[in-house]
Order: sequence, then C-alpha cells, then structure tokens
Amino acid sequence: MSAPSSFDEFLDGIWKQNPIFVMVLGMCPTLAVTVSAINSISMGLATTFVLAASCLLVSLLRSAIPKQVRIASYIVIIATFVTVVDYAIQAISLDLYEALGAYIKLIVANCILLGRAEAHAAKNPPLPATLNAFGMGLGFTLGLLAIGSVREILGAGKLFGLSLFGPHFQPWVVMVLPPGGFFVLAGWLIVFAAFRHISIKRNAQLGGVQS
Amino acid sequence: MSDKPVTITPSSAMVRTLGLVSVICGIIIVGVYQLTLPSVNANKKLALERQVFKVIPSAKKVVTYFATPTGIVLAEGQDQPPAQAMTFYAVYDESNKLAGIAAEASSAGYADQVRVLYGYDVDKKAITGIGVVSMRETPGIGDKILTDEDFLRNFTALDVSLSADMQSLANAVKTVKHGTKTNPWQIDAIAGATVTSKAVGRGINESAQTLMPRLVPHIDKLRNPS
Repeated sequence: MSAPSSFDEFLDGIWKQNPIFVMVLGMCPTLAVTVSAINSISMGLATTFVLAASCLLVSLLRSAIPKQVRIASYIVIIATFVTVVDYAIQAISLDLYEALGAYIKLIVANCILLGRAEAHAAKNPPLPATLNAFGMGLGFTLGLLAIGSVREILGAGKLFGLSLFGPHFQPWVVMVLPPGGFFVLAGWLIVFAAFRHISIKRNAQLGGVQS
Repeated sequence: MSDKPVTITPSSAMVRTLGLVSVICGIIIVGVYQLTLPSVNANKKLALERQVFKVIPSAKKVVTYFATPTGIVLAEGQDQPPAQAMTFYAVYDESNKLAGIAAEASSAGYADQVRVLYGYDVDKKAITGIGVVSMRETPGIGDKILTDEDFLRNFTALDVSLSADMQSLANAVKTVKHGTKTNPWQIDAIAGATVTSKAVGRGINESAQTLMPRLVPHIDKLRNPS
C-alpha cells in the first residue's frame, strides 16, 4: 500500500470519509446544535480544533504511550483540548456559549475524536495525522453546516440570521425542533447514498471488463 | 508454562506515561485558563450590564449586592456569598441616583429553567421591565415571552408592594388565563404559551417574595451609597 500524499489525507475527511454522511459518526452534536447555520459552524470549528490539536499531541507521544494505557491517555488529551475550547468560546462570546450549551463539553464524547486518535494519529507521524484530523474536522463542519442551513432556512426563514423571505414567511417550526434534525439528516443521507449508488453503477459499467 | 513471546510493559512505564500526559495537559489547561480569565469575566460583566440596561433603560452603573435575612451587603470584597444570600443589582443613572433594582427570577418552564431578569421601580413599588437571561422554550411558541407585546405590557407596572407586616408581598404575583387579568399583580398569560408564561410568573413571585422583604427596609442605604 503506497502512502497517501498529505493532500489526500486532508481531502479524505471532507469527501470520501466524511464523518457525518459517510461514516455516520458524532450524531449527538449533529442533531442537537444544528438549529442555525452559525451554531453549526461554531460547533464544527470547535470540534476541528480539538480534533487537530489532540491528534497532533497523540501523534507526537505515540511512541511513548504503552498500548495498555493508550485509551486513558487519548481521553485525557482530548478532554484537555475540549476544556481549552470551552474557555476560548466563553472568552469570545457568551451568547454563543449559551447557544451551544452542554454540547461543547460533550465534544469529548464525540466518537470521531477517539476514532481518529486510535485509528490514525497513533500510527502516523505528526504532519499527516494533523492534516487528516483537520480534513475530518472540516468535513464535519461542512456536514453540520449543510444540516444547519437547511434547518434554519425552513424553520426560521433565515440564513446566518438574515431574513430571506420577508415578514410573511410562516416558519416551519418543527425543523428547528429536535425532530427536524432527524428529517434533515435523513434527507442528506439519502442524497449522499444516491450519489454513491450512481457512481458505483457507473464504475461497474466502465470497468466491468477490466475487473 | 507457555513460551509465547509476550511483551510486558512494566507498570512503572505506564504510570510514567500517564503522569507525563497529565502534566502536559495540566499545563495547557492552566495556561489557557489564565489567558482567557480576564476576557471571560469582562464578557460576563458586559452580558449582565446589557441585560440590566434592557430592564432599566436609564441605567448607567450597576452595583452587585447580596440580600440576606439580616440585611444587605455589597458583593465587592466578599470572597463568597453569605449563607442564604440572594444576589441583586442596584442600578444608578447618569446623575448617580438610584434608578431601580434588578434581580433574577427562575422557574421550570416547558423545556428547561426559564431565567429572567426583572427591573424593580423603588417609587412605584412595581416591576417595570423583564428580560430573558436564558431559556430553551419552543421557538415560535414559548419564546413569545420575549416579543409578545401584550405579554410585555404586564411588566410596565406589575405590583409587588409589601404587606403591612413587611414579611411578604401584599398580593402574590400570579399568572392568569389570557384575557382575565383584573389586578395589577396579575400577569396575563400568552394564549398557547401558558406553561412558559406561568414559569415567568412563578419565578418572579418566588424571587420577589424573598427579595422584597429583605430589600425594602434598607432601600435608603442604596439611595445614598457611601
């Protein structure tokens, strides 16, 4: 197996292994905080930071951490950066902190983080590990944004807080309530599954003879 | 005895690693905490002032006090609030005159605690404004307590005057069904958002029942701060 280039590592998380639409990981924040586009971006960026920073540290310490205590070490490292983000968001904006609520602290329980630390960062040098984590984080952010903007447009008639349809728009309130998260996520999963289905079919037609 | 090649990691190595990881993480956390503390505190103060200015528009300066069963004390210089203390804010206007009192009320709403800040007018003996500190009520239904004009009109002069013995309110603040408000101490609920309206009323009643008897006898102390 040839080592993938750094750029491929980065792109992996955004498209081919998108944590939300392909790996279906980290569903708790995905459903909970995506009521508006701005919340989605903030949550995504917070997760990206934790992911990149913890993967960097895990990768740096990878030869020093014995197998038996690796999970404990990873969790301590991840929890550290979650705490860092928690303080940082409080320092940036208390309104945002209130809006994201407990979900900032719950980043620690997001399976993308431990998954990346265990499956990738622990086996790779710092640079590719960080790039891969960064790509995963951005993929996660884009996924959240895709869900968040649809929910905000339908549920509040706004995007990034800007009114789109004027005062006569009757908001589809259920979209910003918990059920709306499931509806929109399911919608996007269908879209992505259809994409994959089409491309598999096309590949089969094209490469049928070769394989 | 099996002769499988087992690599045994000595316990000391594990302890050392965990210690190392903890030390690194500890340093990072403490560093960031120290770094962000000033702006976090500034943000908190700013958020509080913004809330207070909303319920008492003429506000210029906010001073935090604790109300205890025996009197009121300035919060500044206290390491921690005294037992059974209730926090309230004395608000002064441009000419350093007491513009009003602001305090927090909270009660369980439909989804979570509804926390509101209310402004108390000392001369009118009434609540003259409320603002929401935090809530998770249903968008479009419960969150009307922020925007519904009829509902907000309840808080132009909501009577919270004390009874003759100064131990409790003369009339408990109560949320009534939409359209049935007859007395100045009643809150006209929003039709369709009764649970949230009631939470606001209950919260204000609980808070005012405790705060007013402690506060009103000492109000002159606030009028002339030394």
